[in-house]
Amino acid sequence: MKVIRSFAAAVLLVVFTVSPAVAADTIKIGALLAVTGPASFLGAPEAKTLEMLVNDINKKGGVRGRKIELISMDTGSSPEKAFSFAKQLIEEKKVLAIIGPSTSGETMKIKNVAEEGKTTLISCSAAEVIVKPVARYVFKVPQDDSDVAVKIFDQMNRMHITKIGLLSSNTGFGKAGKEQVEKLAPAHGITVAVNEVYDKSATDLTAEVTKLKAAGVQAVLNWSIEPAQSIVIKNARQIGLNVPFFQSHGFANIKYAEAAGPAAEGVMFPAGKLLVAETLPKNDKQKDVLVKYKRAYESKFNEDASTFGGHAYDALYLILNAVEKTGGTDKEAVRTAIENTKGFVGIGGIFNFTPADHNGLDISNVGMLTVKKGRFAILGK
Amino acid sequence: MGLDLFFQYVVAGITYGTIYAVVAIGFNIIYNTTGIINFAQGEFFMLGGMIAVTLHEFMPLPSAIIGAVVITMFAGALIEILFIRWLKNPSVLRMVMITIGISILIRDMALYIWGNGVKALPYFTGTSVTSIKLGGVFVSPQVLWVVGISTVMVALLNAFFNYTLLGRQMRACAANRTAARLCGINAKDMVTLSFMLSAAIGALGGCIVSPITYVQYDCGTPLAIKGFTVAILGGLGNSTAAVGAGMILGLLESFSIWVLPAAFKDVISISILLVILFVRPNGIFGSADAAKLKEF
Amino acid sequence: MKARYMQVLLFVLSIIAIQLATTLTDSAYHLTQLTMTAYYTILILGLCMLVGYAGQLSLGHAGFFAIGGYMSAFLTTHDLSPYKAQASVALLADWGVLTSRPDLYGGSLLTVNPWAACIAAVCLTIVVAYIIGGPVLKLKGHYLAMATLGFGIIVYRIALASSSLGAADGISDVPPFRLLPGVEITGSSSARVMNYYVAWGGVTLGMVLLLNLIHSRVGRALSSIHGAEDAADAMGIPTARYKLKAFVLTAVLASVAGVMLTHYNGGIGPSEASVMKSVRYVAIVAVGGMANLWGALIMSLLLNFLSLRGCFGVYDDAVFGGILIIIMLFVPDGLLRRKVFSDIKGLFSRNTPGEET
Repeated sequence: MKVIRSFAAAVLLVVFTVSPAVAADTIKIGALLAVTGPASFLGAPEAKTLEMLVNDINKKGGVRGRKIELISMDTGSSPEKAFSFAKQLIEEKKVLAIIGPSTSGETMKIKNVAEEGKTTLISCSAAEVIVKPVARYVFKVPQDDSDVAVKIFDQMNRMHITKIGLLSSNTGFGKAGKEQVEKLAPAHGITVAVNEVYDKSATDLTAEVTKLKAAGVQAVLNWSIEPAQSIVIKNARQIGLNVPFFQSHGFANIKYAEAAGPAAEGVMFPAGKLLVAETLPKNDKQKDVLVKYKRAYESKFNEDASTFGGHAYDALYLILNAVEKTGGTDKEAVRTAIENTKGFVGIGGIFNFTPADHNGLDISNVGMLTVKKGRFAILGK
Repeated sequence: MGLDLFFQYVVAGITYGTIYAVVAIGFNIIYNTTGIINFAQGEFFMLGGMIAVTLHEFMPLPSAIIGAVVITMFAGALIEILFIRWLKNPSVLRMVMITIGISILIRDMALYIWGNGVKALPYFTGTSVTSIKLGGVFVSPQVLWVVGISTVMVALLNAFFNYTLLGRQMRACAANRTAARLCGINAKDMVTLSFMLSAAIGALGGCIVSPITYVQYDCGTPLAIKGFTVAILGGLGNSTAAVGAGMILGLLESFSIWVLPAAFKDVISISILLVILFVRPNGIFGSADAAKLKEF
Repeated sequence: MKARYMQVLLFVLSIIAIQLATTLTDSAYHLTQLTMTAYYTILILGLCMLVGYAGQLSLGHAGFFAIGGYMSAFLTTHDLSPYKAQASVALLADWGVLTSRPDLYGGSLLTVNPWAACIAAVCLTIVVAYIIGGPVLKLKGHYLAMATLGFGIIVYRIALASSSLGAADGISDVPPFRLLPGVEITGSSSARVMNYYVAWGGVTLGMVLLLNLIHSRVGRALSSIHGAEDAADAMGIPTARYKLKAFVLTAVLASVAGVMLTHYNGGIGPSEASVMKSVRYVAIVAVGGMANLWGALIMSLLLNFLSLRGCFGVYDDAVFGGILIIIMLFVPDGLLRRKVFSDIKGLFSRNTPGEET
């Protein structure tokens, strides 16, 4: 028996030295974000945003006198970690709600975990399957990909474009967009003549754009979120493929436009209002929120704010507003409060949730932007 | 397929091929003097590009590139001195794992220093949209820079290994280490030197290619795998053959898009690697007898 | 009783002790990560046999794990009801290979049942392992490392490029795997304790199998291949055949682990096939002492558990890279070398002298 006891004691020592002690009476919020790994373009700004906001709020005394305790975990965009961490947050840390994950693959894998643990999950990824069909505890803040695709098609229709080439990257982001474009294009009278998926770490896409050129497409639509999206514009222009160029909302980071240099001029893409916050008219409801977030983020981290960080902002404030409204941290009450949120002015748009709509955004929150002299600008009609 | 289009693909293939060949040459230099495959070779490439971009904020382009090459060279020496020099007769297994570990650590350090953003040097001439029209084919001037600098580099390397004392000492170590030591060559220094040379070539590659491909903390590994494929294809240790092999792989990848979805492009190149390993592990240009002499 | 069965008994008792301890201290939530750890451990034990005893490095075992997981996930989620009328589907249904279950939308799904899917996954793994293993195991040194790495990358790329495998999202909503009536592999919290025992029971079985194998004629032959392959060949040991068999066996262990973890997690993503995973498994084998199954088991338990609890934060990969370098630089035979390990064991088990590891 002595043997077993010493063995067990040794193992348990390891197990329990890891469990942290937690200060009482805080509002515990979990975050599962892909800070590193293939989706770090999404996860890193999201994690930074949360860190910044929670620090600010706690400095000002917290919500209803209670400090926020943010438990942020890096999933590296692997579903098995998301699964393990989600269980940990729910069962062990007993968080009020979870923000994230950053990718749809991870979100779909922990949807059931959130349902079973009766814990609100506000996903930062856009795939529509997350909220359709509606699961009681699962919400998402990014705009539906279908809205984004429709916005692009509307612009194409205005420009009388009917034959396009579609490029997308082999990530969850690229895949979701590709599916929506394939599904919705026929209804808008647009044919996808060439449809290619490239590797997210592709370094040269000349062969791909050459194929587009050979097919004689009237416009190119690229759906990705990696550096490859700047490479693809350059390659297209270099081989003399000078047709209108569309990008997805993944392009909404000025770094990509800068990286592509003059090739990015005139690229059109759909996005929320964050990127052009300063140029919005004064009466715009979102303007104050957007400008405030943008300035705070940019001065703190010395990099441009992106809409992806905005998802984390929206998710956090949805939860905190619900806490404010219900006055406590009853999980069920907070969930119901989030579900009944109306007119919440966030970064992604103005949210109106209902029990049947766990996204709360409509198409009016997306606009078309373009690149003018190396900066983003609203696309004129 | 029109003729113009055909040549457009050829140009794309040559661009890929040159990049792969540069990485492969880096592999070969270290392999020749030590019999080690340095799995961190791709990281030299990334470091070169990253450091050059950082330096370019303070100094003009040529000096930034030279600075990056020199710094990476010393990083290569440091790695050799810290992790390899003092090991006595390390087994291949051990070296594979150590260099894989080094590659992971360098990548994480780069993530810590530069973040996950993409960086690029400006185009050496013109801008991202400039292209030279040769007949019906468009070529970016940067591609010409890459091909030109790589050609000069291969020529200089050949001259170095064949006509300078140092180069010949390094080759002597590769041929027979014990005999070289008996002739008074400091074999250990030659190994350090080969790491420096290989790091410098990788870094230079990273600099000249970065306007086209960008550099990012994790861009080394995919390149290393392609570079290794090319090195094997040409026969390990044979740098001139690596250039030819690079072109073959580059063109295959470029034309493969006609047949298969682009998503499977990497599957093709790695399948080629496996087939070559199974059928002709000494490479398509190598001789079977020569490969047998090398001990693994 | 042989000493190695004493070790197994000790191991089983500690598994029970851990479970009881978590229940007593009201921290049963640890069992989730412990269960996941168990499945990775099955793979690692196999790899330990291959790398440590037979001396064949593999940087592609995550590929076999993914083949098992993906095959099983694909078959158990792919709806066949539109093809109900077809003869082949009807035949499968007659054989009891198919089951129907309700889906998320309230409709009904007709899919392959998990047992059949598991068998299919294992068969596929065996075929792939034979095809790949034959030529790969003829290679040595760098070529072997690179070929296995290449295999792993191909699996990863195919998973990432195939839309039927969910591309970057992977496959979700994989149903529970009913092993026996009342015994299910599922991530549901209510079945936590049962799943813990199922998983560690699997590890125990794998351990007994491998322990017996390495103490058999085959095991000694494999060790001789590790020591000096040419000499072994000259002694009349069919080295190629033994190496291939060992390779296939470990591939099957990896694949079964993949199947079970996929059912436990309710899904799988391409990250399971990534090169980093394969490297991590090798790192664990190395730190466990190369030719030391118990060492690999303990290190797998410790490192996977900490990793799955997020203790390494954003440095998860770096930790394993660092471990690999340090072990290979300073203790290339592995941290828990056989001798050191048996010394430690000697301290604990004074009653069982005459170790024969």
